[in-house]
Amino acid sequence: MAEIKLQNVVKKYGPLEVVHGIGLDIEHNEFVVLVGPSGCGKSTTLRMIAGLEEISDGTISIGPQVVNDLPPRKRNISMVFQNYALYPHMSVRENLGFGLKIAKQPEAVVAERVREAAEILGLEELLERTPAELSGGQRQRVAMGRAIVRHPEAFLFDEPLSNLDAKLRVQMRTEIKKLHQRVKTTVVYVTHDQVEAMTLADRIVVMKDGWIEQVGTPMEVFNHPLNTFVASFIGSPPMNLIDAEIADNRIVLSDGTQLPIPERLEQHVRDGQKVVFGLRPDDLTPQGHGIAESGHRATVELTVELAELLGTETILYTRINGSEVLGKMFDPRDVSPGERMTFNISLDKVHLFDAETQKSVRLG
Amino acid sequence: MDTALKKRIGKAVTWVMTFLLMLIICLPGLWVVLTGFRPNREVLAKPAIWIPEELTLNNFAQIFGFGAEQVAIPVPAYFTNSLIIALTSTVIAILIGMSGGYAFARFRFRFKDGIFLGLMLSRTVPGIALSLPVFMIWSRLGLIDTKPGLIIVYVALNIPFTIWLIDGFFRQIPKEMSEAAQVDGCTRWQAFWKIEFPLARSGIASAAIFAFLTSWNEYALASQLTRSTDSKTLPVGLMDFTAQFTIDWAGMSAMAVIIIVPALILTFIVQKHLISGLTFGGVKG
Ligand SMILES: Nc1ncnc2c1ncn2[C@@H]1O[C@H](COP(=O)(O)OP(=O)(O)O)[C@@H](O)[C@H]1O
Ligand SMILES: [Mg+2]
Repeated sequence: MAEIKLQNVVKKYGPLEVVHGIGLDIEHNEFVVLVGPSGCGKSTTLRMIAGLEEISDGTISIGPQVVNDLPPRKRNISMVFQNYALYPHMSVRENLGFGLKIAKQPEAVVAERVREAAEILGLEELLERTPAELSGGQRQRVAMGRAIVRHPEAFLFDEPLSNLDAKLRVQMRTEIKKLHQRVKTTVVYVTHDQVEAMTLADRIVVMKDGWIEQVGTPMEVFNHPLNTFVASFIGSPPMNLIDAEIADNRIVLSDGTQLPIPERLEQHVRDGQKVVFGLRPDDLTPQGHGIAESGHRATVELTVELAELLGTETILYTRINGSEVLGKMFDPRDVSPGERMTFNISLDKVHLFDAETQKSVRLG
Repeated sequence: MDTALKKRIGKAVTWVMTFLLMLIICLPGLWVVLTGFRPNREVLAKPAIWIPEELTLNNFAQIFGFGAEQVAIPVPAYFTNSLIIALTSTVIAILIGMSGGYAFARFRFRFKDGIFLGLMLSRTVPGIALSLPVFMIWSRLGLIDTKPGLIIVYVALNIPFTIWLIDGFFRQIPKEMSEAAQVDGCTRWQAFWKIEFPLARSGIASAAIFAFLTSWNEYALASQLTRSTDSKTLPVGLMDFTAQFTIDWAGMSAMAVIIIVPALILTFIVQKHLISGLTFGGVKG
């Protein structure tokens, strides 16, 4: 039951700085997801919040208290690790009750809280087993149970689903979401999977190379990426990024295609500016196969090189001036490779980034 | 039918080979044990008496000073010395091995690889090569023919091995175990004793057995550094049976049995740990 504040937090390993002065305000009961490619400093950040890594500079506070110098046990948080880290020599019951026992809670309280957690997570039948006798999903559940029994101020999750197979991952994702709705608590959740981030988060924190690239709701991050990195990282398949230039009040793509500049972006670009033109595959659709074919549109002729059937939609691989560009066909029909098709571009949805800074032109 | 037969023959061959191999390994040991229970004149008889005609406990009785004939060898004192020296040096080597192994497995510190390599290299020097320098230093320090003198030597001998083995075991335990315990409310110290130590216990037990057996059986250094009942250990005492012109083979064998039995018992007690320990920690460690 607490907000978590990071101010100018730095982490150095010897001379190597891996987190460069990040700031973040996490609200009470908020579900925040740190997402970014492997090695970008997500785990390090989470472990600094947990107190498992010292911070090199800055302040971290949980609730009203600055916790910089507090050991993990005094921070009143719990953590679910990627490999679960269940205690192999204890039964599920003992695993769940371990933290309360250490805190010298009376046995009746321990039993009651363990029962409660077991019920929430459906572990009643498994209490006498050891971790070795559990499946991956069950271990995952025990790890979550161990986190909730102590009624902590915040839950920290470090890639908790990455060891599960795809089907189970989706199922557990839903369970985590439900768990958060049931056990209202602040959650900081680390993943490299942007789908997990989008589905779970109240707010997403996109990280790269030890910097925070963008903080926002899933919708904000998806619809208004602040730079090309966020644009290509969030969303699947990723946003197409095509080199372009502004000339005569038009966007000129690298293959010469000319497109009008959407009104909302007009005042943000200048003539002669080199830009990166961003377009999600969902907004590049063959005529007659878009989602909602209204609003401003432009059309381009493209050759389909490959069609990837997904059922309700088909991903179309094409090329603009040598670089691969993906489109999406909703309500699909058969497409043969080499077929030339006319594509609609939803101008309302296009993004423009400055080629030099790679930042959205809307940032000025 | 053919394959079934082949399988059975294969199995039979395996068993015969195993039996022969075990025979080769065990025969000397069995012979020693057998000799320990035979009268000396039968042992020395010419032509050799292969099948024992008489079995007796006299040799043991003599060693421990019962019965008519007394052997002038203070076996009980040697036994006590051996026990005290082996146990003490094992306990110390394990305590240091645990701290050192944990440090190597968990912490980063300067010259870590160098120190580890140095420890391992120290084991490449045969103990006997050290006996002269150790003898000289020990005589200056007045440690010759004392139990602490031998204990220190054995601790030094065992530490590289215990550190190496225990390090391997702690390495196998993900560090997240201890971290989870710390988040769960433990101090680092508590996390060690409640989580990491129980998980490494089989490894520590194996290290302890090896350290104990090394100290218990060591002869070369002990023969240089001990003189009297103050510190002489059983293996050194064994040589008391050789007089200038005669060797009391039966008595010597009886004493060898006394040396072997505690080691065997100990190994059986921790055998379960030992096997799981060796396969768990030894492979990757
Ligand atoms: N103990 C350490 N010593 C040195 N560098 C480390 C250590 N732990 C992590 N790093 C480095 O810090 C960076 C961030 O790591 P991490 O936070 O684990 O990334 P992520 O969880 O986002 O994949 C990586 O480049 C990693 O190599
Ligand atoms: Mg990580």
